[in-house]
Amino acid sequence: MEMNNINNIPKEKFTFAKRNDLYHDNKFDTKPVSYFQGAFRRFCKNKGAVVGGIIVSLLIVFAIIAPLFTPFTPVYYDQRFAYVSPKLELFADLGIGFWDGGKTKNTNRLGYLKDLALGQEIGVDVIMGGEYEVSDDGSNYTYRFDTYYTTGFGKYKTISFAEYEDIQRYQNETGKQVLYPVVDKAIRNTMLPKNKDDANIYYKMDNPSAATIRPKLDFNGNIIPNYQKHAADTTSPLIAPYNSTRIEGQNGFTENGTQYFYSYGTVVGDGIVEVRALNYEYYIYEHTQVKKDGIEEPLFIFGTTDTGKDIFACLAYGARFSFVFATIVAVVNFIVGVIWGSIAGYFGGKTDLFMERFSEILGSVPTMIVITLLKYHMGTSTQALVLFISFFLTGWIGMAGTTRMQFYRFKNQEYVLAARTLGASDWRIMFKHILPNGLGTIVTSVALVIPAMIYSETSLSYLGIINLEAGKTTSVGTLIAAGQKSIMAGAGFVALFPCLFLVLLMLSFNLFGNGLRDAFNPSLRGSED
Amino acid sequence: MYMFKYVTKRLGLMLLTFLIIFTMCFVLIKLLPIPTNILPGQDPKIVMATLEGRGWITNVKEGANGVYTYDRVPILLQYGNYIKRIITQGDFGIATTYGEYLNMPVWEVFVTHLPPTILINIYSTLIGVPIGLGLGIIAALKKNKWQDQVINVFIMLLISVPSIVLALMIQYVFCFKLGWFPIRMSTSDQYFSWEVFHSMLPAVFALCLGSIVGYARYTRAELSEVLTGEFMLLARTKGLTKRQAIFRHALRNSMVVIFPSILSEFVSVLSGSLIIERMFGINGVGGLYLNSITFQDYDFFMLLSGFYTLVSLVASIVIDISYGFIDPRIRMGAK
Repeated sequence: MEMNNINNIPKEKFTFAKRNDLYHDNKFDTKPVSYFQGAFRRFCKNKGAVVGGIIVSLLIVFAIIAPLFTPFTPVYYDQRFAYVSPKLELFADLGIGFWDGGKTKNTNRLGYLKDLALGQEIGVDVIMGGEYEVSDDGSNYTYRFDTYYTTGFGKYKTISFAEYEDIQRYQNETGKQVLYPVVDKAIRNTMLPKNKDDANIYYKMDNPSAATIRPKLDFNGNIIPNYQKHAADTTSPLIAPYNSTRIEGQNGFTENGTQYFYSYGTVVGDGIVEVRALNYEYYIYEHTQVKKDGIEEPLFIFGTTDTGKDIFACLAYGARFSFVFATIVAVVNFIVGVIWGSIAGYFGGKTDLFMERFSEILGSVPTMIVITLLKYHMGTSTQALVLFISFFLTGWIGMAGTTRMQFYRFKNQEYVLAARTLGASDWRIMFKHILPNGLGTIVTSVALVIPAMIYSETSLSYLGIINLEAGKTTSVGTLIAAGQKSIMAGAGFVALFPCLFLVLLMLSFNLFGNGLRDAFNPSLRGSED
Repeated sequence: MYMFKYVTKRLGLMLLTFLIIFTMCFVLIKLLPIPTNILPGQDPKIVMATLEGRGWITNVKEGANGVYTYDRVPILLQYGNYIKRIITQGDFGIATTYGEYLNMPVWEVFVTHLPPTILINIYSTLIGVPIGLGLGIIAALKKNKWQDQVINVFIMLLISVPSIVLALMIQYVFCFKLGWFPIRMSTSDQYFSWEVFHSMLPAVFALCLGSIVGYARYTRAELSEVLTGEFMLLARTKGLTKRQAIFRHALRNSMVVIFPSILSEFVSVLSGSLIIERMFGINGVGGLYLNSITFQDYDFFMLLSGFYTLVSLVASIVIDISYGFIDPRIRMGAK
């Protein structure tokens, strides 16, 4: 039996109603749906907006949590680890050639031999996986290179005797090799006059006087070390005593029946020792033993910039600043804009004209000029303050306009008239009756304004007008500027991560904001496209 | 007559706003200390006298200890002088601290920096308008078909990717990876030579992508609304072909809204995009402005602030006024 066949309802379906069964008004069984509940429901239906909201919250969580977990700060920099490729331990251990701190390197034979020599000495796959490709004429080598060993040993380091001993203690405790045998200073001075401080050259050279000095290879194609050695039982005032891990076993090596040790430090002055320290291991020693700043090893998830700043930390701090900045500015502008817009919209007439003119003039001053003037006048205070004030100065104008429109829309409606008839004061009508009705639209405009503010902050710091680095934080814009410089150096990742962050943020915030707008104002749905 | 009155009123108001902002800038600048460095070997008297001649300071006195002090004239008097010099001599002051242009008339330097900025904008409009309108028209005519979907995705992507990232991507891909264009714009002043044009192209692309998207979006919305109008049905029933109806009726009507936005965008991009000028090393007004900030060269700052403010004000009233000229139905200022 079809239910909608109203014309032919069988007789037996009808029953007599009793008089006391009659209810004129039934209470609703369902719960009333308020405006905000309805808006929430509409919002949840919009998949894009929900995804956008999730990404936004993830980015916010990243901005809050990441600075707490990374030992690096925007202030930190280390030139020894500049342009280090991104490395994630997970991927590095898998050895799939992705996100492992490696970088494809194109070089000539000499460059290849240098990297090979470095890898052979320290026992690390500096040439990743030991694989390389040679061009047909043998002039061009292509291989993946571990950027964490870019500087290798750097230059010879002069350290105090106390530190020299402390490093030996550290080596004994951890079994890690920081110090490597030195080359005789006399040999360095005579054979390598141009490169005598280059600690990467530990090998015998082919024709050292020529312009291109290259390592000498033995018949098996191996590098021949050129370490300074001394007989085990002799001591020299020039050779600093060493009692820690040695690269060829604890007991040195035997040649022609005499036992020899390589020397690990040259005394160059009173209590000063010259050593060859591997930058990678020395860095760990320095940060865990001396500085104790929580940095355990050079591991840069997003790599480093041209000055050796950790991009992950910079991005996290920059993101945090962006969000804090946008939130504070949005709240202040919201309050000021709502008050200004309500007064202008509610009272209308001359008040409105005057206030509109004022905000129009203020709004026509290009932001760039406001910031520059403020910067000139507040030269001594922090740049972040300049940024805040300049956005406070002009940011509320849009919000005031939105509020004013809402007031014009509602102020002549019957319920306002009713409230006025009942004797409600102007303030009561404005903030208890009209404002709550327009709040949805106004709040939505805040959500749409936040990404715009983050973007202008980013571009201002990109242009260098605002530089937050003095204030011990940084901005995504500053990072992008550094990234642009790095493109020429072939380190595209410096720009990649900040750009990715910015794109994700803008995209998700726009989706989220548009979703909010549609949810709060269903009649507007789709009018944009 | 309505129109004339309205235009005069708007122009008057614009001028008033401009004057207020300009005066504000001037006063705020004059409240700052004067950033003059007397270089070794320079005669402080001559430096001060040069500045004095430009209305900066007067009454330079040498104290007993050889230190120069000065009294200021009232700021409004200085402002009067400044305006008078501009009007009678076209003199906007001289560069006092901007190293490269030290002691050169600010206006002349400004004029030499205008061509790259303007050229890039003209090229970008020339490329952007036809493509943008074309995409918008296709999307509107094929609404909800695959062509429309593709264009919509394209628009959505380009809108969400900030121009700073977009420009960087263009630079990375076309200038660095593929090496089709030089990374920075050529500094030659042969603006119409192939070399300069070629080196400008990446900046032009970066600049016009934004406007392409804007026009496409705008045209699509406007045209698809006009297409549903009843007069379109009438036009078809009169016997016009679809093509005739679209080109003679729908497009012309949608242009009423689109054309003013093109005009306004053209005016507003005249001030150039600071970001794109910076990124592609364009020797334009934007770079001049940024450098004048760094050098704290106030005469440059005043001139360029005036320029930027004027451009943004003109752009905003161009829309309003052009409506009245384009659409006979709109009568501006009529009661």
